[in-house]
Amino acid sequence: MAQVHFSAGLRDLTGGLAQVEVEATTVRRLVVALEEMFPGIGEQLNEASSVAIDGEIFTDADYEPVSDSSEVHFLDIFQGG
Amino acid sequence: MAVVEENPGYKWVGTRPIRPDGLEKVTGKAQFGADLMLPGMLFGKVVRSPHAHARIISIDTTAAEAMVGVKAVITGSDFPDLAANGAHPSEIDVANNTIAREKVLYEGHVVAAVAATTRDQAEAAAKAVEVTYEILPHVLTVDEAMADDAPLLHEGMITKGVDPAPEEASNVASKILHERGDLDQGFGEADAVVEREFTTKPVHQGYIEPHAAVADANSDGRAHIWCSSQGHFQMRAYSASVLGISPGMLKVTAAEIGGGFGGKTVIYLEPLAVRLSQRAGRPVKLVMDRDEVFRATGPTSGTRIKVKMGVSKDGKITAAEVWMAYEAGAYAGSPVGAAGMTAIACYDIPNFVVEGYDVVCNKPRVAAYRAPGAPMAAFAVESVLDELARDIGMDPIEIRLANAAVEGTQASYGPKFPRIGFVETLEAIKDHPNYTAELGPNQGRGIAAGFWFNAGMMSSATVHINENGTATVVTGSPDIGGSRQSMALMAAEELGIPYESIKAVVADTETVGFNDVTGGSRVTLATGAAVVDACRLIVEDLRARAAKTWDVELDQVEWVDGQAQHAEGAQPPLSLKDLAAKSGRTGGPISANASLNSRGVGAGFSTQLCDVEVDPETGVTRVVRYLTAQDAGRAISPDYVEGQMQGGVVQGIGWALSEEYIHDSDGVMENPGFLDYRIPVASDLPMIDCAIVEVPNPAHPYGVRGVGEVGIVPPMAAVGNAINDALDVRMTDLPMSPVKILEALNDQGD
Amino acid sequence: MARTHVTTVVNGDETEFLTEDSTSLLNALRDEVGLTGAKEGCGTGDCGACSVMVDDKVTCACLVFAPEVDGSTILTVEGLADSGELHPLQQCFLEGAALQCGICTPGFLISAKALLDRNPDPTETEIRYALAGNLCRCTGYDKIIRAVQEAAREMRGQ
Repeated sequence: MAQVHFSAGLRDLTGGLAQVEVEATTVRRLVVALEEMFPGIGEQLNEASSVAIDGEIFTDADYEPVSDSSEVHFLDIFQGG
Repeated sequence: MAVVEENPGYKWVGTRPIRPDGLEKVTGKAQFGADLMLPGMLFGKVVRSPHAHARIISIDTTAAEAMVGVKAVITGSDFPDLAANGAHPSEIDVANNTIAREKVLYEGHVVAAVAATTRDQAEAAAKAVEVTYEILPHVLTVDEAMADDAPLLHEGMITKGVDPAPEEASNVASKILHERGDLDQGFGEADAVVEREFTTKPVHQGYIEPHAAVADANSDGRAHIWCSSQGHFQMRAYSASVLGISPGMLKVTAAEIGGGFGGKTVIYLEPLAVRLSQRAGRPVKLVMDRDEVFRATGPTSGTRIKVKMGVSKDGKITAAEVWMAYEAGAYAGSPVGAAGMTAIACYDIPNFVVEGYDVVCNKPRVAAYRAPGAPMAAFAVESVLDELARDIGMDPIEIRLANAAVEGTQASYGPKFPRIGFVETLEAIKDHPNYTAELGPNQGRGIAAGFWFNAGMMSSATVHINENGTATVVTGSPDIGGSRQSMALMAAEELGIPYESIKAVVADTETVGFNDVTGGSRVTLATGAAVVDACRLIVEDLRARAAKTWDVELDQVEWVDGQAQHAEGAQPPLSLKDLAAKSGRTGGPISANASLNSRGVGAGFSTQLCDVEVDPETGVTRVVRYLTAQDAGRAISPDYVEGQMQGGVVQGIGWALSEEYIHDSDGVMENPGFLDYRIPVASDLPMIDCAIVEVPNPAHPYGVRGVGEVGIVPPMAAVGNAINDALDVRMTDLPMSPVKILEALNDQGD
Repeated sequence: MARTHVTTVVNGDETEFLTEDSTSLLNALRDEVGLTGAKEGCGTGDCGACSVMVDDKVTCACLVFAPEVDGSTILTVEGLADSGELHPLQQCFLEGAALQCGICTPGFLISAKALLDRNPDPTETEIRYALAGNLCRCTGYDKIIRAVQEAAREMRGQ
């Protein structure tokens, strides 16, 4: 099961949970699974988050693979100059 | 010793040839935003609010429309109501910032625009537009905006990120929070604790080229825009949204861009120019004056930041507490999110809380500025860390080494760091002669470090092989700092042909696939990766053509030094030139496209060493020696890596010592020109010494990390720490101007 | 409105144009003569991007009314190269990567030429002060100063 970590800003939507384990093979499926656990979080994750999978940061990475041993962090989107 | 990995035998990558666009730029031929002239072109002028916060009661354009030479006058009512169309809130903000509807939210906010035959006629007509305002109370700083009963910019703004959601509207758009461990326990373990409060003013990107746009609209709704932009695809999307049309109706050509630093990732003039051109039936040029650039385009945030940190005797940071409020200007969207993620990211800290607020106020909407959000937070954190090192008697490099994030460290913003080069930048400073250079009277030395993510995002590239075996590399990433050179160098390396045989160009929105903005230090990394991918497709194609020509299997063909070689030497080599000349016989023109959403973004670190001399009589600070060490991963184009490092440092020195927005009590900017908003000039500065550290990014084909931004993160703290070293005064308010230094010296004497 | 007839020599060529009395030399050069090498960065003489030589004196073209140059000789960046051969300053700016965005480059080249015309062997400090009226936001000036030093060496035949 992938370890999914939420930034403090997302924990309003997770009932305060900082971390959950989710079975998923891609980011998109992971988000679908999270939406089932925490209704409303999907939109937030799709719109306002980047995702780091095992330390590598992606934007809009719906089909990026996630493995059983993956550590996944949802991060706030930031803008470069 | 600074880590410079062994050169893996590159022929072109890492060399210093002349840049592809250089000749046009030293001979005056290069066409920048304001240089285009079209037949029948009109000159436009924008009408701006003189008030910081006011309701627009009426706009009377009849007098202006009746004036000689005036061909069009537009106001907010000439644009669609995006809110009524259900647009995303961020699009509505862009539209309202482009031209105000019910309210103006800052001095300089656009209320109307005119187009006329001559500049003088346009200026006169702009003055003749009569706007009646009901002046509203305003707020200029985070303190004013967050005060109880503060006047509201947006009546419906409910703070996001707070649970439960507040019931009442405020000027706080959102709250961010990062936390780990137990703060009380952490401070309990500390042998020294320092708590300080810092303030910084808005500062402007200060590009020398004012915003400019030319639009030529057709009666069928299509339009062509030429503009000075960091991202013409983004410009197309924003402009189409504001105009209420499909992006495909707009063709955007990126002119040469005279600096951006983040400030040209957003739109100001483009939709206005299109609408004026539609109304007038002629091309329209809109160019900002410098004072419009200051009054109405994005500075970065003014801030208030509180930092409390504790260390043990051996220099380990045991706890950090950071509170930050960032001005967003008129609409939500300060870079406080990135500030929260970067503030303590250089260090491995077990216990922390980082809390931040995005606060709207009646100043121009902030825009990205080089590592947006990070420099102010670093000023605060790196100043406190310097003080802690002094308190426990530890060398400032050693305390940073003792806490430095390394591969595998859980970054303060979440994930574990991959291979990073922070420690190597610290060591590069330590190993440099500047670190032990002798200091004179009234001189001091300061060190500070900084982190920035760098961005990846989407890029496209097309590579064409010309009939004589030369190549054209086409991307859609506007080149601000020499990226055409890095594209050409990587293409030369991949194709195995000379750099001089490659022409790298930036194409318009109809000629190449989508590219995100030139920003986030992403172009050499991401657009470069697209170029590398396209070149590799070309090489595959060339091998296949050689295999056909020789009638052998593909695996019998190798591509070496720009030519196809038979693995067993059974055939004389076929050069790219040979293959290009015969391309018609082997399948037609040789061309390849690559598009990607970049992966493998490499984190960037910089450590900087600054020596200053402060005149205790006048309070004037002079930087006398400066060294910047930055991890570039792999310097594709060392000349322009150094250029980014030096440029970032000098912008930071300006931020540290002299740059600031000054507003009067009515919210009117008092220093909207380079005379009073003082950016560093040549005589203010020494040479900026560079140590390029190369710890290759394992996820990139050449090991590239973005280099454009992190250089501006450490300078304010480096300068402040040096001033403290010279005079034993801790400066906590930017800029550290002579008058403030004299005040601090006086306070010290009391 | 009556326009003023101005006769000048621009980059070696006799050049005539008509202009409003209130038009700056910069706008006249750009709009009437078609030379867009000189840039407007501020319009108030603070940035130096519009630097041109008027009768061998470095001038902010944004601060001069166009009719004032009647009878004068003007050099802009477009006139620096000699029959296609680059001036040593242009060559050294290219080789030394002394430009990034390039908007300030025309002004720096003109100011640096004026310096080297009067002082062929300037110190670093003299170069820095001679160029203090030209703003560059990209480079931090380091490579610009070095390029001028190198051009001075070459022009002295060293």
